[in-house]
Amino acid sequence: MLIRVKKQESRIMEISLQNKILKLFTENKEKIFRNDPLEIMKLRKKAISEFERIGFPTTTIETWRDTDIKKVLSQDFSFYFEPIKEKIDIDKIFQCEVPAFDTNIISLYNGWYTYKDSPLFTLPNGTIIGSFARALKEFPDLVIRHYNKYAKAKTDGFKALNTAFAQDGIFIYVPDNVEAYKTIQMVNILNKEDNLFVQNRNLVIVGKNSKLSLVHCDDSHNHRSSFTNTVTEIFINEGASVDHYKLQNLNNNTTLINSTFFHQEANSNLSSFAITLNGGLVRNDAHIKLNGKGGNADIYGLYLVDREQHIDNQVHIDHAEPNCTSNELFKGILDDHASAVFNGHVLVRKDSQQTNAYQTNRNILLTDKATVNTKPFLEIYADDVKCSHGATVGQLDDDALFYIKSRGISEHNAKLLLMYAFAAEVINKISIQPLKDRIDDLVKKRLRGELAICDQCVLHCKDQEKNINFEIDMSKV
Amino acid sequence: MLTINNLHISINGKEIIKGLSLEVNAGEVHAIMGPNGTGKSTLANVIAGKQGYDVTEGEITYMGKDIFELSTEERALEGIFLGFQYPVEIPGVSMTNFMRTAINEHRKYKGLDPLSAADFLKLMDEKRKLVEIQDKLKNRSVNEGFSGGEKKRNEIFQMALLEPKLAILDETDSGLDIDALKIVANGVNKLKTKDNATIVITHYQRLLDYIIPDFVHVLYDGKIVKSGGKELALELEEKGYEWLKKS
Repeated sequence: MLIRVKKQESRIMEISLQNKILKLFTENKEKIFRNDPLEIMKLRKKAISEFERIGFPTTTIETWRDTDIKKVLSQDFSFYFEPIKEKIDIDKIFQCEVPAFDTNIISLYNGWYTYKDSPLFTLPNGTIIGSFARALKEFPDLVIRHYNKYAKAKTDGFKALNTAFAQDGIFIYVPDNVEAYKTIQMVNILNKEDNLFVQNRNLVIVGKNSKLSLVHCDDSHNHRSSFTNTVTEIFINEGASVDHYKLQNLNNNTTLINSTFFHQEANSNLSSFAITLNGGLVRNDAHIKLNGKGGNADIYGLYLVDREQHIDNQVHIDHAEPNCTSNELFKGILDDHASAVFNGHVLVRKDSQQTNAYQTNRNILLTDKATVNTKPFLEIYADDVKCSHGATVGQLDDDALFYIKSRGISEHNAKLLLMYAFAAEVINKISIQPLKDRIDDLVKKRLRGELAICDQCVLHCKDQEKNINFEIDMSKV
Repeated sequence: MLTINNLHISINGKEIIKGLSLEVNAGEVHAIMGPNGTGKSTLANVIAGKQGYDVTEGEITYMGKDIFELSTEERALEGIFLGFQYPVEIPGVSMTNFMRTAINEHRKYKGLDPLSAADFLKLMDEKRKLVEIQDKLKNRSVNEGFSGGEKKRNEIFQMALLEPKLAILDETDSGLDIDALKIVANGVNKLKTKDNATIVITHYQRLLDYIIPDFVHVLYDGKIVKSGGKELALELEEKGYEWLKKS
């Protein structure tokens, strides 16, 4: 293992395998985690021994059967345990181009919370938004009460690894009965000349009867390989509702493991979207626990992938209480050699009567080299339930293509119309109108092949060059 | 306008059209009649450019061009329109978006600027009255959830928008009640000019009470076995197709 100490005293280490990571933990734990509360340190130690025991997932594990990460893990990655010191102008990087989309933007830059004024701020309605690391210092009781309570997944090496190492991320706390509210936009940007291994930890707590819309964007700003292992815990208290959007637009060398754990109390409402427009290897794990009567979860996904890209969506819904509804709709279009996995697992426990659970996964393969592995799966122990599941894999409908072309529409446009129509079923579920329009536009661009991802991101795909062009005002020299 | 000469068509090695010849000129209405399975729809699909048919012999020229040199969409842009026997449902594509795309492709082909959204809606409004299509249909997905009658009316509506030179209406009357049939026929009649031509493919004589053909052809076993004026349709209605088989 190479350890180079840079001038800024941040440590850079190139690692490739599990034992190197374990060594990294042992050698650095005293320095890196010395300010952590005791509870957090305990969790780290427990997690690292769990990671030592189970390691990285391999294709022998059922839920990883069709996603092989051996190759990406064989690369050299750098770990940073302190923010990389460099001058960045946040406003220039994070200009949001969604018209009329008024949001509070918070951002992680290369894995660390970046800010202009304050790492943690409290809005007049009591909502706290900011850095997870800072929240742990300022509100340790609140954080510890929720931290790692919902991220429960059996034999999940990535989750264990994240718990062992994660230092920063986004923290959001919405008190009870807070309604009208600006959308919070979390932007995770990677832009570093070495291959980063980033582990964020986000914690979102939504109080009783409150409402939160959260847009979570993952973007890369260069062509480097990177590995992101993010864990997000979202606690939704009684009667609260959360609108959650994950937008992924990453370069083809990126690996993103994104695990989100939703814990829903009674009569709470969740709608969650995973929209993947580009990425090297993207894995979205959504775990939803319906932990109180009358809960509702709508989980949607849309993936448009080509070249060698791989997208894996895993949805686990635990109907732990009666009278809850869950609805899953995932749709994908795959071109070239792209591959996709969908695993939907709905668990209806013995006493969870009057459960409604629906699962759908539909795919269009544009070439015979593209592949999809889909497995909708219901595990039902209650007897008074309504559940359905279905999956389809197909090509564009030849009869529909002929019909459209017979009206004088070119083959190219006919295919675009059909692909867009296919994707629109998911887009139409988006309830924030400006965001819906923007995603609609991005999907159209993506389908037309106009979205050259590597240099562009979801937020400012029009004029990145203008953004990094610094003009010097000569009169002031 | 359209000349078909000794056409032979096979599907998967089985010959369906066995030496068919037909001449259609501007201003004419031709009716092609015949029992099921004689190749009526095959002929319509081949003219419109559907894949999956092997033309083993013969030629079709349209406006002096070899039709097989043109793609499906080029044929449409050159003025051929097929009214489908079974219009295809296309979930997620709105009628407005579909027809606006089509109209603008036609305009582009003619070197015209695309129609603005407002102008297009005006045009749609004007044409839909012709076939008494409800306004709300334009916001729905193409043919999705349309009744049988609505689907057929929608075909004529599209025809009205695209103003084809040669319209081929494949069993447009099937599944229509008498009122819907009148509306559809009325639409076709209103669209008729001295410069365009219509081929009406039908199983029954009924439609021809409302769309008066100049020529009636009987297609049987892949060939036109008899041609005549509109009175031939009445004769067929009376005697059935059996008497033709014997002759």
